[in-house]
Amino acid sequence: MTTVQVVISGNHAQSYAAKLARVQVIAAYPITPQTSIVEKLAEFVASGELPAQYIKVESEHSALQACISAAALGARTYTATSSQGLLLMHELLHWASGARAPIVMGVVNRAVAPPWSLGTDHTDTMAQRDTGWIQFYAESNQEVLDTTLIAYRLAEDPAVHLPAMVAEDAFYLSHTVEPVDVPSQETVDRFLPPPGGQFGLRPGVIARLGSFVGPELYMEFRYKVAEAMRRTARVFPHVEEEYRRVTGRHHGGPLPRYKVDDADAVLIAMGTAASTARFVVDRLRARGKKVGLAKLRMFRPFPVHAVCDLAATVGRIGVMDRSFTFGATGPAYTEIAAALHGGVARPILRNFIAGLGGRDVTPEAIERMYESLLTDRGPEVEWIDLKRDVKEVAHG
Amino acid sequence: MSPAVVVEELSEAPVATEPTDKIKTASWRTFRPVIRLDACTKCYVCWKFCPDVAITFDEQGWPVVLLDYCKGCAICAEECKPRAIDMVKEG
Repeated sequence: MTTVQVVISGNHAQSYAAKLARVQVIAAYPITPQTSIVEKLAEFVASGELPAQYIKVESEHSALQACISAAALGARTYTATSSQGLLLMHELLHWASGARAPIVMGVVNRAVAPPWSLGTDHTDTMAQRDTGWIQFYAESNQEVLDTTLIAYRLAEDPAVHLPAMVAEDAFYLSHTVEPVDVPSQETVDRFLPPPGGQFGLRPGVIARLGSFVGPELYMEFRYKVAEAMRRTARVFPHVEEEYRRVTGRHHGGPLPRYKVDDADAVLIAMGTAASTARFVVDRLRARGKKVGLAKLRMFRPFPVHAVCDLAATVGRIGVMDRSFTFGATGPAYTEIAAALHGGVARPILRNFIAGLGGRDVTPEAIERMYESLLTDRGPEVEWIDLKRDVKEVAHG
Repeated sequence: MSPAVVVEELSEAPVATEPTDKIKTASWRTFRPVIRLDACTKCYVCWKFCPDVAITFDEQGWPVVLLDYCKGCAICAEECKPRAIDMVKEG
């Protein structure tokens, strides 16, 4: 097992992972901050290092359609997008899961307009949570690479056969370089066998994918997707364990914990905010405050059991959302509250909305979340670092 | 799609191997177009406008409605210049 350590961005971690997965079809349409993912893949294809079909399409909608069609014929496919591009794909996201196409897509989480923004924010992927895609949120460039490879193995598992998106925070990961251990091709080949067992189309056989069905069978096809997603939760730990066996790395399941065992309060965070929160946990513990962190790594299927297990040991849970569902709460908060509803453990729950549109989630902001959580002050849903007086803010 | 006995036996993805022209799609029609050939001029505007390709021609070139596919939208009757098509309620 030879591993090479390289210093690469989160975007190039996606590109390296797709190359190691030996993707056969790449559909590419540029959008900031995703573009360098498909640019790097274009280099790999042009140099002959990656023998893949590289399709330049006219929109994100077409990018995903190209992947669905190729995947239906059994090809391993990859595409990547961000923000408005993901929103344009929305219709095809449903087609992909309904076609049971195990596409893996990199998503660089970027705020949704208006106002126009390039900063990170999870609204783009959260708005796709009902489309039947597996969803991962990465904290580091290493996790981006590893999770992309894990996503292929999981998506293509015969019990799953669903598409998966691997999300990374814009700029904090997409354009920040970190040392990343890149496993050898032989190692990845042992983990990820060639794709096989497509459900869809075959060359030479006349067939239509996504054909019309009446009320007599529509529900049953949706139920099939629901069952596949339920099985995904069971298959995932085995895939992670297998990845550990070949690479030595394991990222801790759908909801890895940090110093929660004796904690009075635990914050649940997603993506890069988890790194900052871990730093804050250590700082607050040095001051004698018993706080911990759980990182929500997998959002679909939602790790209901892991959330319930966590709630069994801790009396106060704060949920940080980097997006907001207008008229409700943060989407992660909604899911966590629903997971705990009716259960034995009924912790105090609070929702913190922070970091929208690329605003820094500073250690001080996270400290305020823990303080608020520990003291029972503040509303159920609290917007952190919201400017009440915006007169002095310069307009860009 | 082959009929399945239980949901587990249903194919995972909705793939149809029957061509669409084998599937009868006219079950929801409430009005059927009836062409009065004495008024028809064989201009074929009905054929041109039919969104479901549900109008064909007989050996003499008269338009014929394919009732297995006609959904009764009445576009043909609306567009027919000599007003040769009546929409008649299904029994």
